[in-house]
Amino acid sequence: MLDISPLLYVCLGILFFLCYFHFSNFFLDKIDKKKGKIKSHNLNLRAFIFVAPALIVFLIFIIYPVLETFRLSFYDKYGRDFVGFNNYLWAFKDPELRRGLLNNLGWLIVVPTLSTAFGLIIANLADRIWWGTIAKSIIFMPMAISFVGAGVIWKFIYDYRGPGDAQIGLLNAIVVSFGYEPQAWITIPIWNNLFLMAIMIWIQTGLALVIFSAALRGIPKETLEAAKIDGASEFKTFTSIIVPYLGPTILVIWTIITIVVLKIFDIVLAMTNGQWQTEVLANLMFDWMFRGGGDSGRGSVLALFIMIGVIPIMALNIYKHKQEQKI
Amino acid sequence: MKKFTLSSLLSQLLLLFFVVIWIIPTFGLFISSLRDKDLLAISGWWTSLKTTQVNEIYRSEGSKEQIQENDLFLIKGNIFEDDSNKKIISYGVTSKNINEFDIEQVGVFKDGTKIQLFENGNYILTSSKEFKKKGKRIFVTSLSPPKFTLDNYREVLFNEGLGQAFINTLAVAIPSAIIPLVICSFFAYALTWMNFFGRDTLLALVIASLVVPLQMSLIPLLSIYNDIGSIMGVGAKSYPGVWMAHTGFGLASTTFLLRNFLKSLPKEMIEAAKVDGASHYDTFLRIILPLSIPAFASIFILQFLWVWNDLLVGLVFLDQVPSEIILSAKLRELLGSRGENWEILTTGAFISMTIPLLIFFSLQKYFIRGLVAGSVKG
Repeated sequence: MLDISPLLYVCLGILFFLCYFHFSNFFLDKIDKKKGKIKSHNLNLRAFIFVAPALIVFLIFIIYPVLETFRLSFYDKYGRDFVGFNNYLWAFKDPELRRGLLNNLGWLIVVPTLSTAFGLIIANLADRIWWGTIAKSIIFMPMAISFVGAGVIWKFIYDYRGPGDAQIGLLNAIVVSFGYEPQAWITIPIWNNLFLMAIMIWIQTGLALVIFSAALRGIPKETLEAAKIDGASEFKTFTSIIVPYLGPTILVIWTIITIVVLKIFDIVLAMTNGQWQTEVLANLMFDWMFRGGGDSGRGSVLALFIMIGVIPIMALNIYKHKQEQKI
Repeated sequence: MKKFTLSSLLSQLLLLFFVVIWIIPTFGLFISSLRDKDLLAISGWWTSLKTTQVNEIYRSEGSKEQIQENDLFLIKGNIFEDDSNKKIISYGVTSKNINEFDIEQVGVFKDGTKIQLFENGNYILTSSKEFKKKGKRIFVTSLSPPKFTLDNYREVLFNEGLGQAFINTLAVAIPSAIIPLVICSFFAYALTWMNFFGRDTLLALVIASLVVPLQMSLIPLLSIYNDIGSIMGVGAKSYPGVWMAHTGFGLASTTFLLRNFLKSLPKEMIEAAKVDGASHYDTFLRIILPLSIPAFASIFILQFLWVWNDLLVGLVFLDQVPSEIILSAKLRELLGSRGENWEILTTGAFISMTIPLLIFFSLQKYFIRGLVAGSVKG
């Protein structure tokens, strides 16, 4: 039988926060009314009521962990003894980690580039074709799916059966129909990374597409008309007018996808768990959190590596976002 | 009238090419989840509308069903227990030669038993001796017409525990999307419209924390949870724990987005309410809340889908037991333990996609707005 009691807790959990805000403010209103004075002296108390829950969560779940992770990176696996830079030294020597860094770098080069390129091309095509909206919906759809779900979908495509058997994986069926040997795609070192990246590109192209197609509408019609009158070919218009015009948008999309890719974890865990040389940083960190009872020192170093990668790109992204808000 | 030029035709073909590539993986998964599991294991989903040839082993009825006619013992029956539409083309009595006999041709077992098998699965076994208790093995090659079924869904939802995982995921995702919205809307309001000590510093700190990936929080939080669990004598992993973790990880981005929205509202409106003697709480409830519904909807959808599709937080902060495991974690577990059972994997994946796809098709506007805005989520 299905147990629906978890859903009961849900109501209680949400109710708790609603009650907190309602009753604390309700009583403060009452007090204010009784005194019949200007409420300025209660302002700080009111602000405190508004801010407190978020502030507490912020301190416990963000601020403290960041400081603690930094501290733990200098301690042993149990977080008890100070070991100086040992964890960092380990990190620079560990072959597994070097593999992970290289793979992450590969992901960073391939996925944002191809997703952005595909998104740009498809947005342009879809804008001029009457069934473009449907096409956009279909290509955007993978954005709704979880990485694990996408992993299952693609693992099915990459499925491998022995050379004599009927292939049920689409890729091998195609390969066999051309007369080649079927391959166990996700176990071929180095190349298998590309097969995992394909999943991410399949997902993220939709995001690029949607942002591009919003931006395309901002290109002045007159400019495009003028190009047409001057006899520019469609390809020429695309490379000389549309691409330069979308420059800032390309940067935004590229940064968004880069951040997602830097933290790539689910796809690798579900597809290979880092075997066959597909290790990436986030998966390695998850691994070290639990390997041999967990090593908080090494795990923390890995977390810091991820953060160092994310900071410049995220900062750029926030800066861009704020600039857009100003306009 | 639009002209049909070569370039427009090429554009159409190119777009069609992209669309086909993008839809095929999901389409194949969906079709596979509806196929008969035996067929799924031996033929590609693209053949599902074709009649496939299958080799199977059946066992005839044993001595219980035998009837005696004169000196002969007979067993009559049908090898297909369910009313399948399979058509037999040939059969055999040993594993070495499974296509030895054509249908209706009389086959002979090693012990002298004779068998006649018909196209629809009916058979007659004849022997001069009494039959043994156990039935005879018959190797059958038959043509199986396309067959679609919901059996996989029944199996996966109720026997593999995905139904429970579905409920668990709802129990994780709903509060994990509502709690941050509630506390961050007050937080963002205070950061935008209230003057209090340290406001600007706090705001800067929250925005700066957007750069912190959630991996940074995992190890310290897990140890806090373990400590709290052992002090209170309960398990370290629980629903409230995972709600608060998701709230924490979504806090900075939700606050950031909400503040950007609130800042865009006219200041005069808030001032006017103040003059009328409304407290900040009244202003929040009566003025800000109704105006913010669309923004709330986008942020809610963004966070809900994020949590629904999350794997990492669910793996770290929940026990991997039937009463707590979430869909993505369950799916990942099945990928390991039932890696060859594609009927379970495809169906499970499709079940995990139902809610996101439902939201996608019904609330596409908010969904896109949320996802685009969600680029600041760490």
